[in-house]
Parts: sequence; structure tokens; C-alpha cells
Amino acid sequence: MTAVGTGSECLAALKADGFNFFTGVADSLIGSLIEELSRDPAGYVPAVREDLAVGMAAGAYLSGRWPAVLMQNSGLGYCLNALTSLNLIYRIPVLMIVGYRGFEGKDAPEHVVMGAHCQAILEEVGISVEVPNSKDLPQAIARASALMRAKRVPAAILIRPGVLS
Amino acid sequence: MTTREAIGLIASQLKEELAVCTTGYTSRDVQALRDRPENFYMIGSMGLAASIGLGLALAKPDKKVVVFDGDGAVLMGLGNLPMVGSLRPAHFIHIVLDNEVFASTGNQPTYSNSVPLEALARTAGYPVVCRAEGPEEISKGWAQILQQAGPVFFLVKCQPDSGRPMERVRLDPQTITSRFMEALRT
Repeated sequence: MTAVGTGSECLAALKADGFNFFTGVADSLIGSLIEELSRDPAGYVPAVREDLAVGMAAGAYLSGRWPAVLMQNSGLGYCLNALTSLNLIYRIPVLMIVGYRGFEGKDAPEHVVMGAHCQAILEEVGISVEVPNSKDLPQAIARASALMRAKRVPAAILIRPGVLS
Repeated sequence: MTTREAIGLIASQLKEELAVCTTGYTSRDVQALRDRPENFYMIGSMGLAASIGLGLALAKPDKKVVVFDGDGAVLMGLGNLPMVGSLRPAHFIHIVLDNEVFASTGNQPTYSNSVPLEALARTAGYPVVCRAEGPEEISKGWAQILQQAGPVFFLVKCQPDSGRPMERVRLDPQTITSRFMEALRT
């Protein structure tokens, strides 16, 4: 896979779909997006753990913002209770942009199990997942955002190595 | 003073503030004593009431946001403290009803009998930290808090209630969301 998507292109796509509140926990696979956000007036609120970021995003949504949470897939476990007992039942949408560590088992040992199962875990609780290439990342963001607007649910985009440079 | 009495005393003095209420008896007590559209009853996701309140306060910096939290929930979501203490939303009021137990599940102990939560908040960077016990201190503390630029950490020491708990949260979660958002728009 060639790395053609940049953090600024990704941010432009997010803004085009109305996203205007960004929080999360750092990950190298989405590092360029976090860097871009930190320089942007839209801003980025660093969280200390992923579930707290999901909580902040929920608060931002309640006050009329359109939120995205950035994280590594290792943080999905922390988020699962927030997603199931807050977002899904309260109909509070959030876009999760998730670094897909352990994709196809090619990663450090601590990422292998979550890498093999993160997509299925999300889908099992009813969260739709996109795994785009660089060139269809903007379309994936648009589809996720449309789903969030239509059904008021969380949606996830898994970012494989090389998708964002 | 019991937890419910303390909640009732503070809730009765709410005006325009948005209120995020932590899971378990806290939400049930606030609903029973002072139900209003500006209340968000968080029936799950323990530990995240302060995160939701922080998100609200960051997105709506002109609105006062009150979080009704508990000692167990603060300890579970301890990472909220440095975020609030560093981001410092001026209108964020973090009320912690500290009865030293997980009251909603049968009064199992937390650690707040040996760890002063207000000291954690101070270290985390809350510029205003206030501790109250009993109705007079609570009323006086609340009046002072409203005059100050926050974020505020208001630790209220209280005893667990005995007897029958208040009714479960009546509204379904989707309705809590829509009612709260509607209240914020108007």
C-alpha cells in the first residue's frame, strides 16, 4: 500500500463533513492527523484514556458539536463500556478514528490479539466499521458521518499502516 | 447528613446550570428531588460523568456545568482530574458526594476514607477546592463557589442513606438525550 493520504487531507475531509470537536489518545498510525489538528483552530483535546475521550465527545455532542475521537485500537477495550452503556443507548453519535495496530498479525505481540479481533468486537456490539485505503478515506468519513446523522450511533474508521502519512 | 439530603440541598439551589449526574443512586436522587430538563442522568458508563461535563464545558464555555459525582466514580475516572485541572474550564463545578462507599451496590468500601479526594483535585490543578460537611457548610460553600472562577472541586462528606432507594430513572436514555439537548437550545 502506498502512503498517499496526509493528515491535512484527512482533516479537510473531516471538516467537510462537519466535524468540529476532536479529542483522543495519541497513536503513531494517526499521528499526522493529530499533529495537523494541534496546529488547527479546530483544536485537539488530549485525553488521558480513551473512554474519557468518548465521554468528553458525548458532552460536546450534547451541546451541539459533531465529535471525533482518535485512538489506537488498544484503547477500544477501555471504550467498550462507554460505547455500549452511553453512546448506543442514549443515541449519542461519535466518529472513532482508530489506528489499526496488529493488522494481519504483523506487529508487536501486544497488538496481535486486538488486531485480529477489533473489527469483529465493534461489529458485534452494533458499530459499523470502515477500513479504507488512502484514496477512499474521505468517502469513508462521509459514509460514517451520514450513518451517524441518520441513526445517531457511533461509527468507526480503522486506519491501517500506510493509509495516513 | 445523608447523601440524599446533601443532593437535595444542592439540587434545590440550581438555577440555569446544566447538571450531569453520575450513575446509580445519585441520578435517582436528583430525579426524585429536582427533576429538570437541564439534568443529564447517566445511567451507565460509571466514571464518565466528569468527562461528559468537561466536554460540555469546553464546547459551551459560557454555560455553568455542574457534575454530581461520587467518591467511587471519581476514583474510577481519576484521569478526569488532571484533564479538568489543566484545561481549566472556568464554569465547571465538580461536586463529589463522598460517603466512602459504593452505595448503589450495597455500601462496599471505596478508598476515600484514607485518600482525601480534595487533595488529589488540588494537586491535579483545580484552582478552587472546597470541602463541606453538614447543611450549613454546604450552603455556605455553594454560595461561595458561585462567586468564583473555576473549575471548582466541591467535596461533600456525607453518610450513605438507609432504607428504600429512590425510583429508577424513569426516562429512557434516548429521551434523556433529546430533552437535555432541547433544554440547551432554548
